[in-house]
Amino acid sequence: MNDMERHEYDVVVIGAGGAGLRAAIEANALGAKTAIVCKSLLGKAHTVMAEGGIAAALANVWKEDNWRVHFRDTMRGGKLLNNWRMAQLHAQEAPDRVLELEEWGALFDRTKDGLILQRDFGGHRYARLAHVGDRTGLEMIRTLQNHAVASGIDVFMECTLRHLLTDGGRVVGAVGYWRDSGRLIAFGAGAVVLATGGVGKAWRITSNSWEYTGDGIAMALEAGADLIDMEMTQFHPTGMVWPPSVRGLLVTEGVRGDGGTLKNSKGERFMFKYIPDFFRADTADTEEEADRWYEDKRNNRRTPDLLPRDEVARAINSEVKAGRGTEHGGVILDIASRRPADYIKRRLPSMYHQFKELADVDITKEAMEIGPTLHYIMGGIRVDADTEQTTVPGLYAAGEVAAGMHGANRLGGNSLSDLLVFGRRAGASAAEYAKRGATPRIDGTQLGQFADRIAEPFQRSGNENPYAVHSALQDTMQELVGIIRTRSELEEALVRVERLRARAARVRVTGTRRYNPGWHLALDLENLIGVSEAVTRSALLREESRGGHTREDFPKPDPRWGAQNVVARKRDGRLELVTEPIPTAPDELQRLIGDDKPSGEVAVAAAGGAE
Amino acid sequence: MKVWRGDANGGEFVEFRVPSDPGMVVLDVVHRIQAMHAPDLAVRWNCKAGKCGSCSAEINGHPKLMCMTRMNEFAEGAEITVSPVKTFPVIKDLVTDVSFNYEKAKTIPPFKPKPKEADGTRRMYQEDVDRVQEFHKCIECFLCQDVCHVIRDHDENKASFSGPRFFVRLAALEMHPLDTNDRLDLIRAKQGLGFCNITKCCTEVCPEDIHITDNAIIPLKERVVSAHYDPIAWALRRVRGKRDQFAPPEAEPPSA
Ligand SMILES: Cc1cc2nc3c(=O)[nH]c(=O)nc-3n(C[C@H](O)[C@H](O)[C@H](O)COP(=O)(O)OP(=O)(O)OC[C@H]3O[C@@H](n4cnc5c(N)ncnc54)[C@H](O)[C@@H]3O)c2cc1C
Ligand code: SF4
Ligand code: SF4
Ligand code: FES
Repeated sequence: MNDMERHEYDVVVIGAGGAGLRAAIEANALGAKTAIVCKSLLGKAHTVMAEGGIAAALANVWKEDNWRVHFRDTMRGGKLLNNWRMAQLHAQEAPDRVLELEEWGALFDRTKDGLILQRDFGGHRYARLAHVGDRTGLEMIRTLQNHAVASGIDVFMECTLRHLLTDGGRVVGAVGYWRDSGRLIAFGAGAVVLATGGVGKAWRITSNSWEYTGDGIAMALEAGADLIDMEMTQFHPTGMVWPPSVRGLLVTEGVRGDGGTLKNSKGERFMFKYIPDFFRADTADTEEEADRWYEDKRNNRRTPDLLPRDEVARAINSEVKAGRGTEHGGVILDIASRRPADYIKRRLPSMYHQFKELADVDITKEAMEIGPTLHYIMGGIRVDADTEQTTVPGLYAAGEVAAGMHGANRLGGNSLSDLLVFGRRAGASAAEYAKRGATPRIDGTQLGQFADRIAEPFQRSGNENPYAVHSALQDTMQELVGIIRTRSELEEALVRVERLRARAARVRVTGTRRYNPGWHLALDLENLIGVSEAVTRSALLREESRGGHTREDFPKPDPRWGAQNVVARKRDGRLELVTEPIPTAPDELQRLIGDDKPSGEVAVAAAGGAE
Repeated sequence: MKVWRGDANGGEFVEFRVPSDPGMVVLDVVHRIQAMHAPDLAVRWNCKAGKCGSCSAEINGHPKLMCMTRMNEFAEGAEITVSPVKTFPVIKDLVTDVSFNYEKAKTIPPFKPKPKEADGTRRMYQEDVDRVQEFHKCIECFLCQDVCHVIRDHDENKASFSGPRFFVRLAALEMHPLDTNDRLDLIRAKQGLGFCNITKCCTEVCPEDIHITDNAIIPLKERVVSAHYDPIAWALRRVRGKRDQFAPPEAEPPSA
């Protein structure tokens, strides 16, 4: 213990995706001594995989666009469960954050006038996504990474933090281990920013990587922070389905934004059957109008292929259940019949490459087979909209790990902008807090206990294999806490999650501490299981269907639930759930959103005409 | 499949057999080995789609991304070996210490933009950014670093040679339409561009198909030479900025 590696910083940022890097850049620029800690190598965080673009009302393509329209789209897309203040700040500040990337060397695709080009995406009224082909995340993370390195910020890579250190209810640091040597490392910090991303690896079919084990959410829970709306998970409508090796890999929404249409196995463009009233005024209701929209966007309404993700994912699910799916249980996404090969290759180079190399499909000639994949979690750590402070002093959160901004459903492109807007704010608030707060004091007993827990899997006597337990968890969440949920299945999921918790405690780790993925997974499993419980119990509590949360037994949105956040927190080692009213938007913003509310039954089962 | 197992003190190939599925890539097999036989087998990965550059290894001795190498590229029953990249020191199994690259990254003088246009915008045309966008495709897999003979077989060169990845990065900065920072003396003196004898091995292994030698290294070499030996060109560069120093790129169809 006494020989444990120790560091002291004003601000420790956990996570080196867009949110973490932007937070660290800000804290450092404000004079705080700042460290970034991440599980993978620098530049490999999820943000690098983002494809389609970053949403910001730059108004380069549509002069009509402005933050008010972006705010409206975000709130409506989120089924009005969003924290209105976050949605407002996001819409107002996103353009500056994108332009700032350009000041740091990013090169977006250009309009004919030499400005940043913007593309269409689901739920955005105007073409709004700044992009670089279909590798926008790579441009963004590399720009931020280079800027952070040039600013001299210390980076601790391949270093996993496991527990937050607290002192009288305030967060004062964190402890974890170096993945390569397995040695422990502790940070004392004036303030900690969590930017660890999501928890997709709890599901079988997901676009997420091994890093997404919910570490930040679990650490915050343990430190006493509130979570909100953990039931709000996003199934992206278009993941690859075949071959099995690539199941779940993302197919960017840009394919639909650039002209791709969805069809069932009978060749029908089924999305026209699934237009909800809430979006009817903005959506084409005939194939003819939708076709015209691709060529003349001013005088036609947009195709229902670009409805928000929750709507499209549910529609696909219904079509497949009704027996109109493809051989491998997906539906068809076709861009080849609308766009020429060179256009597709220029706009979507990595999709072309991904299908060609991994599925032997040439998307310039053939249709793609796609189906829903778990992609994102809207729920997460509760934060103050302006400062990103969690409910625990000294602890801040930004990016996918935080909640509120996206409500019940996130619009595509709104994550990358979220990372920048709230990453910057979190970094600034954390630096400010560290400056004004008392010197952090580390409790040696707590540190010792946490250190023991990290090493503990080596001493266990059980014989469980961490990979087998993980796999069983993925099956449980996939089958019982998927796109369509129901009470009995959610209850069954809770029973199974408890059993898995017991199994996880018997996981024995073999080998040494040196770069041992079995050990890492054994530790991550506790987080996965803890967060899965929070998701399942929140899903059980919310008795309505809204956005990413669909209950077969409560297939309609319920206005009473639409005014409530589901809050989860840990007290005396147990997860406690309550509901609390969401803040209501002031009148002038309410007017922008409109008075109508989501209504009507959502597609929970096989749509009519099953064969 | 045979996977190299060991650490800095040495190791050996170990043969594993796992059931196969259609469409499998080498990384899938490695994961299956972890789950079934060797839970502590060390390997890096993230995206599983050739986007993050984490899973570099040598497959039958060729530097490749494990997530983009299909098992059906190999004949039924053919021997397949997977070993860590050779240029960097092994940590364990397939994981190597690539900190060399992150240290080199710190030595690159950053982007320094010129002032904005009079109307407060940044105007750049697609044809001006195309060639830099090619360099920005780099996923930092470091396969080009692995294959480059200057450092692959000569540890002693590492101090004075940054490697093809960083020539790409330098070319991206030097050809950036807005950049004003001057790096040419540094490129010549410290980054070791002169060691490169244009064998093009780096270009061949680049999974992003970046024309490392033709589009990055050769133009950089030309610039270093002309700037160094031609005081007038050098002075002009100082005065005019760098935009007009490279030949214009080939015409590309204008984008939407
Ligand atoms: C394939 C794909 C495509 C996408 N495309 C788009 C798009 O086009 N537009 C859009 O807006 N959004 C897109 N998204 C969503 C978006 O990319 C993510 O939501 C976003 O990048 C998350 O960023 P982040 O900064 O919150 O976290 P991440 O980028 O995931 O970074 C998390 C960081 O936390 C670190 N970390 C985690 N746990 C620990 C720990 N215990 N200790 C230390 N470090 C830890 C990780 O190492 C990592 O550095 C896409 C997502 C995927 C998967
Ligand atoms: S072309 Fe130059 S940089 Fe590339 S591998 Fe050969 S010597 Fe190395
Ligand atoms: S230039 Fe190509 S080979 Fe080299 S690191 Fe970048 S992507 Fe990899
Ligand atoms: S895992 Fe990302 S490139 Fe292979």
